[in-house]
Amino acid sequence: MTTTTVQTDAPTFDNRQDFADELINLARTNDRVVAVCNDSVGSSNLTKFREEFPDRLINVGIAEQNMVGVGAGLANAGFIPFVCAAGPFLTGRSLEQIKADVAYSQHNVILCGMSPGMAYGELGPTHHSVEDFSWLRALPGLDIVVPADGPQTRAAVRNAVADPRPTYIRVGRFKVPHVSEDNAGLERGKFVVAREGTDVTLIATGTEVSRALWAAASLAAEGVSARVLNAAYLSPLDEDAIRDAARQTGGIITAEEANVAGGLGAAVASVVGQLEDGARVPLRILGLKDHFSPTGSTAFLLDHFGLTADHIAAAAREVLNRD
Amino acid sequence: MLTADASQAASWRSLRKEVLAGDADFRSEKLHERAQATRRSILKMITDAGQGHIGGDFSVTDILTVLFDAVMNVDPEDHRKEDRDHFILSKGHCAAALYSTLAHSGFFPVSELDTFMAPLSALNGHPNRVKVPGVETNTGPLGHGLPVAVGTAIGAKLLGNGTRVFVVTGDGEMQEGSNWEALMSASHQKLDNLTLIVDRNRLQQGARTEETNGLDPLDARLAAFGMEVRIVDGHNYNELIDALTPSTTGSPVAIIANTIKGKGVSFIEDRVEWHHKVPSKEQTLQAFQELS
Repeated sequence: MTTTTVQTDAPTFDNRQDFADELINLARTNDRVVAVCNDSVGSSNLTKFREEFPDRLINVGIAEQNMVGVGAGLANAGFIPFVCAAGPFLTGRSLEQIKADVAYSQHNVILCGMSPGMAYGELGPTHHSVEDFSWLRALPGLDIVVPADGPQTRAAVRNAVADPRPTYIRVGRFKVPHVSEDNAGLERGKFVVAREGTDVTLIATGTEVSRALWAAASLAAEGVSARVLNAAYLSPLDEDAIRDAARQTGGIITAEEANVAGGLGAAVASVVGQLEDGARVPLRILGLKDHFSPTGSTAFLLDHFGLTADHIAAAAREVLNRD
Repeated sequence: MLTADASQAASWRSLRKEVLAGDADFRSEKLHERAQATRRSILKMITDAGQGHIGGDFSVTDILTVLFDAVMNVDPEDHRKEDRDHFILSKGHCAAALYSTLAHSGFFPVSELDTFMAPLSALNGHPNRVKVPGVETNTGPLGHGLPVAVGTAIGAKLLGNGTRVFVVTGDGEMQEGSNWEALMSASHQKLDNLTLIVDRNRLQQGARTEETNGLDPLDARLAAFGMEVRIVDGHNYNELIDALTPSTTGSPVAIIANTIKGKGVSFIEDRVEWHHKVPSKEQTLQAFQELS
């Protein structure tokens, strides 16, 4: 297994571009691929898709409940609908549709939460999607995919078309560096080992993966070997990887651009906390706690909530009693 | 997933042939027989289970009977065939009426109705497409069926296979805003393959619709949202058959089916407390007599 390193000054990308390009590629060879959106043709980066497939972009206007229901109906008619909207409105406004029409009905709808987390920085908590993990993890039968970069975003889109099933994909807008190869794949229900390590495990998702890798690099300089797991799938959860991390390393740090009540950290805690005596390890959960975000850019808010590489490294030192 | 009952499906096919070949009086008589048999099944299911939504089940029974026995292109033995007509019961709490109609059409054995709401039964208090053939989407929370029907109708248009989509909502259910989002889409997309049927029994769980959050003028409201509106007696089989013919204007069709909640049993009809009350033994006997 190779150890990934990502330079802190590596070029960064908006994952929506790779999302749209891959969706168009697949739509060219599969006429069952359609897109549904809520007036978000631009913000969901679907302009080119509309130009090439005008009949296969269904814009229902600003009506998210109907949007998700329409997606379920299209799946019922035999299509693979990519239902695209800003994460907060897709998941918050249509949560009952996601529950009843998609997850419980097992209609193969691909829900694409665009610009998730705090990507809309200064627009504030109404426009942040930091509750999506908590809400959607509670729904049986719904995959949750959180690509960490452009290649993984493409892989998530390919997986959805190759094996359609009820799925939520976070499609990031906040620019991140590539942490994987151009043609990287994602295996359903598996974390990606982004870096091997033996002293401590950093489990990160989405925007936090490159930051965890930076943290691991700085820990390495201090002689600490940090494993980095990219939680590309939150559901199904890679419980084996979590158990291995607990048994093989001395502590676990989780980092997510999301509320910690029910997100990645909570999922990891529920596995670690139920391990046998001696296998449970110290755990630190980094994410949003206690309050709605104040005004600020995405980068500012990630720092405000303790989600930088420095914060992740500090938490690792703390659990290893090295601070 | 339950499986089809071939012999029941065969007798349903021959009944359909007879109904479609007969004149109006014959059709009416045959469909009434079928509907009353369905109501008797519903009554038994609800009294056995000790729960259910008898009022709304009885108001929608004639609509379901006409759809399955005289209108829709479905195949109980190939229930997910792509060129089927689609039916969605958005008022999912009236699952007993749907299950009974589906079983009598051969989608699954009639004997399965005995399990209604029993532990681990496929026949939950609200319909589940993963387990019950003939169910297109899981309903229960109100205001979900119409958006799914709109999506299905858009899909049918994209496929160009000429299939139609039918969705029944309760009238109280039209208080849910998602329905009006869906109606805007339906008319904007010119879904002339979509038919909405509003089971207009004028009662919701707690009171009359017009005393709760009035829907009238429902016809004008539906028309204002771009629907081709048809108003019928929801217990008149021939009126329903006529109203269920395809759109003539290129717009989606909305049928206001004026019905009586609890239709068919004198002491249940049009009484708000019978939304989900269960008949006593004596009442059950009387109800069976009235439905025979």
